[in-house]
Amino acid sequence: MEISNPTSDLSTLRIPNSDYVISVEDLTVAYDHKPVLWDVDMFVPQGTLMAIVGPNGAGKSTLIKTILGLIKPVAGTVLIKGKPYDQQRQIVGYVPQRGSVDWDFPTNVLDVVMMGRYRALGWIKRPGQAEKDMALDALQKVGMSEYADRQISQLSGGQQQRVFLARALVQDAQIYFMDEPFQGVDATTERAIVNILKELRAGGKTVVVVHHDLQTVHEYFDWVMLLNVRSIASGPVDEVFTEENLRRTYGGRIAFLGQNGNSGQASRVQGSEPG
Amino acid sequence: MDLIFDYTLRTVALGAGILGLVSGALGSFALLRKQSLMGDAISHAALPGIVLAFMLTRSKASLVLVLGAAIAGWIGMLLVLSVVRYTRIKEDSALGLILSVFFGMGLLLLTFVQHWPDATQAGLDKFLFGQAAALLQSDVLLMGLLGGLALIVMALFWKEFKLFSFDREFGATLGFPVRALDILLTTLLVTAIVIGLQAVGVVLMSAMIVAPAAAARQWTDKLSVMVALAGLFGVIAGVSGAVISSAASGLSTGPVIVLSASVIVLFSLLLAPNRGLIWNWVRRRRNRQTLHVEAMLEGLYALAGQHEAQRAHNIDVLRAMNLGRGGVQKSLQELKRRGWAEEVDGGWLLTEVGMQQAEKISDFGFRISDVHVQSAIPNPQS
Repeated sequence: MEISNPTSDLSTLRIPNSDYVISVEDLTVAYDHKPVLWDVDMFVPQGTLMAIVGPNGAGKSTLIKTILGLIKPVAGTVLIKGKPYDQQRQIVGYVPQRGSVDWDFPTNVLDVVMMGRYRALGWIKRPGQAEKDMALDALQKVGMSEYADRQISQLSGGQQQRVFLARALVQDAQIYFMDEPFQGVDATTERAIVNILKELRAGGKTVVVVHHDLQTVHEYFDWVMLLNVRSIASGPVDEVFTEENLRRTYGGRIAFLGQNGNSGQASRVQGSEPG
Repeated sequence: MDLIFDYTLRTVALGAGILGLVSGALGSFALLRKQSLMGDAISHAALPGIVLAFMLTRSKASLVLVLGAAIAGWIGMLLVLSVVRYTRIKEDSALGLILSVFFGMGLLLLTFVQHWPDATQAGLDKFLFGQAAALLQSDVLLMGLLGGLALIVMALFWKEFKLFSFDREFGATLGFPVRALDILLTTLLVTAIVIGLQAVGVVLMSAMIVAPAAAARQWTDKLSVMVALAGLFGVIAGVSGAVISSAASGLSTGPVIVLSASVIVLFSLLLAPNRGLIWNWVRRRRNRQTLHVEAMLEGLYALAGQHEAQRAHNIDVLRAMNLGRGGVQKSLQELKRRGWAEEVDGGWLLTEVGMQQAEKISDFGFRISDVHVQSAIPNPQS
């Protein structure tokens, strides 16, 4: 059973690649024996904004949930800066899908944002002035200062998303995972999120984003992974985000997009081909 | 004054108050986690535990029976969690399954015990619908002890329970052990339920988990206030129900307490500000009226823009512009009341203030009523 302890083998093997802050190898996840992710590798260098794109059911959310330890993989290893996730929680932040919680929960914006400090606080200890200040600071960054006392049930979708983003910001992490932060948000929110992403990158942080809009991949991200149960391609956007790879990821569906009068996208995809 | 001087009544009221407080407070978390049915499953699952505890010990001491109830309720709860985790059966089916299997087993055992020759088993069936009048001071002491403990644990892990109830997955990524918190919170719920079983009974105890919490949710948007209010509603329902049922002999306490709780829920559903039905109805009406009045204001403004001089317009024109929808007269009267429009020679025109208001509204942006105004007025150029 030489593969019984791959972690120790890999940590010695991967020394030349230690600049990858996230390394996922041979990751396989199955629900009821049906593979959702199959033998997926993912290496992310520090300071990149990376998009994970792929069709519905490609396993994008599953991939980041597995990296975060929310789903147990059948096989494979996940290392965050060379160590398993449990030992690196303090440097990882997470923005779940906005629809994953009940926004009718009786609490306000400030309270939700302060939840990002709960790990640092530890058990039982309650948030105090320091946590409040951090939360207000983060709310300002996402343009939601005046909403601190607002009931979360009264927020629009875009505002909800920005609250989740603020909660991740107070985690003060080095690596962020965001699950469809642009899903159904207004233009203001989209701009706010993009600005924050760029700020994070400027600060040397690494951000991995599950993304749906192929048209904005070039504009927003510098690294991309094309996923459809298997990893189709992964690397710098200029090299990897090619029509050929997109076709392999989306099957016939990408052609449908092009025929649908959406020529801007098709040309953009073509234009990105190297050479 | 009986409440102060009558020993039995005082004991009963105190006991019912404690059970209401604890089940209301902890029920809030069950409600927010959409696990209200869990309370139902736990309380029904407790019945075989009660009977088995009696069969094994031949004792009817509260501590013994409550312990039996707690163990059976806890096992039932763990079974539900396991069935959901390890099989493809969904939570609602798992709850129904465990509830009916355990409750059926309990009824079977109860029938069996009732055929025992001696009379020691008499009164076990009060656990079905509850009999607060039978509460002893020692029972109440035990309820207070267990309930107090549960509330202290709840207060201690407040932050964790809040996070866990709102966003379980995020909590898990932070490293909080969600399975352990799940079991801890449900154990507290089991505690809240078993201390109420003697007074309310297994059949209706779940109402004490759901009703006070649901009522409290109507009045507030703050978790701490909701939990406190639910506790208070629980106390009111418990005490009033217990006192009423004690006064009328032969009345099971459970149904009376649940009736009290239902009145509180009904009252809250109807009257609570913001979330209450009546409030909503009034708000909708007010919105509709505002819309009508603004449409009328803009209509008059559009008409005024077609003439050099201010001229009054016949109400029939306004009716036509309103596309036959009602409320024209009412809206005009409202405009007049606000001093935005005046009636001149049987026609209507805007005042100075009305003009300014109309400009302000049209500056504000596009209104639905714009469409009506534009489509209803023929273009003079054409």
